[in-house]
Amino acid sequence: MELEKLRFGTELIKRGFAKMQKGGVIMDVTNAEQAGIAEDAGAVAVMALHKVPADIRQAGGVARMADPKIIQEIMDAVTIPVMAKVRIGHVAEARALEALGVDMIDESEVLTPADVFFHIDKRKFVIPFVCGARSLGEAVRRIWEGAAMVRTKGEAGTGNVVEAVKHMRLMNKAIAELQEMEGARVFSVAERYAQAYCKLANSVREEMGLSKIGKNDVVYEEYSLGEIVEGLYKVLLEVREMGRLPVVNFAAGGIATPADAAFMMQLGADGVFVGSGIFKSSNPPEYARAIVEAVQHYDEPEVVAEVSKGIGEAMKGLDVFQLSEEERLQYRGL
Amino acid sequence: MRIAVVGVQGDVEEHVLATKAAMKKLGIDGEVIATRRSGVVAKSDGVIIPGGESTTISRLIFRDSIADEILEVANQGKPVMGTCAGLILLSKCGDELVERTNTKLLKLLDAKIKRNAFGRQRESFQVPLHFKGIGEIEAVFIRAPVIVEVGKDVDVLATFEDYIVAAKQNNILGLAFHPELTEDTRVHEYFLKMSEI
Repeated sequence: MELEKLRFGTELIKRGFAKMQKGGVIMDVTNAEQAGIAEDAGAVAVMALHKVPADIRQAGGVARMADPKIIQEIMDAVTIPVMAKVRIGHVAEARALEALGVDMIDESEVLTPADVFFHIDKRKFVIPFVCGARSLGEAVRRIWEGAAMVRTKGEAGTGNVVEAVKHMRLMNKAIAELQEMEGARVFSVAERYAQAYCKLANSVREEMGLSKIGKNDVVYEEYSLGEIVEGLYKVLLEVREMGRLPVVNFAAGGIATPADAAFMMQLGADGVFVGSGIFKSSNPPEYARAIVEAVQHYDEPEVVAEVSKGIGEAMKGLDVFQLSEEERLQYRGL
Repeated sequence: MRIAVVGVQGDVEEHVLATKAAMKKLGIDGEVIATRRSGVVAKSDGVIIPGGESTTISRLIFRDSIADEILEVANQGKPVMGTCAGLILLSKCGDELVERTNTKLLKLLDAKIKRNAFGRQRESFQVPLHFKGIGEIEAVFIRAPVIVEVGKDVDVLATFEDYIVAAKQNNILGLAFHPELTEDTRVHEYFLKMSEI
């Protein structure tokens, strides 16, 4: 075999992995036993965590990458893919998870951000990444940075679907607007979206009394502002052409019931992440199974009704509108 | 011609698009339908089981009547193709991972498979391979299974290292990799031509 022809970690392989998750439910688990319950219920993957988002919220303090020992135990316990979260921008946590061999990394606002300026340059990794987004702008930036999958941020750990619905609607509406646009207009959207990469350079220059940055200035990793605009423009053209994101787009952040999951699928999600919703419910195995069925049959109300019967109580949940801006995780990482 | 893609989970849309493109190239007037419900597979002239999670797809097709419908279509001699997870489901016999997860198989292809044979996602790869009857194709392996043993009626179509990665037994075609992820439609054309024999 000619080994030089063997290629790992290409965009095709990373996006391809995400495509295999479509139509599925990815469940947050904190130990091997929960991972087994998720696999038995038909989860397509599990997210290995130290605490589910509802408990992270309650505990307060700094939330970090989970203990690799827990992640390893979960990897050993199940045959389905295992994902794990790193803090936004935390390259070293991401390299550690890559070394451990998790199947996908979630660069997640659920953990405390490590970098207020930048997300990880995900193209430099062999492992695929998923990232949260509240809008098309955030999604396009993450895709340009190499994310193989996008998910709504929603508002994790609340059991309240309202923010996930909002983010999916914002994204769908923006894509519809984009489809009405000509190339020059799309380019100006790309210029606008690229501004998020200029925060560091702008604040340094402002303090030094220098002029604002130009398109040849390097602002993020090895990329100049002009190159970033070009990159975002290319992603936007792909979105316009396809009428959807060019990577798999899941719903996440507040999905607590089978009907919530079905609703997100109806809004165009390719699948769902269920965080606290399963293991904070009164009957996790039943809940897990019901949500898997509801995703498969999201357009058959009679099935959603049937699987929702007598499965016990959903997680208690939080009213998102009672949370202060600091308490809302979705404002992390733009 | 009507081809059904089992649509309960996985890269369903990619198979639909690849099959439509292959039909166009061959000048076949037909339709491709992704289905999550009972009744569609039974009325088709060929079935594709996509890539995805074999544990999930197995649970969902055996819970509904889709599994029975695939068996019925296969027994009528109509072509059935499975890629990656689809190959696992078509096989007669699995490894300890398949048994440990109680994954039910369709047992249409006289082959023993090994799940996640190359390792986890980090070890996923793409490589050019020789495919018997087609020529060189770019094969994309994602947490892929392989075939470790085949019965005497099985025709080996492609190998990688010591493993069989594509095999055919009459009207049943199993692939360890994902032709639906590339622009090359020749494997799907090969599958469509199987119904003419």
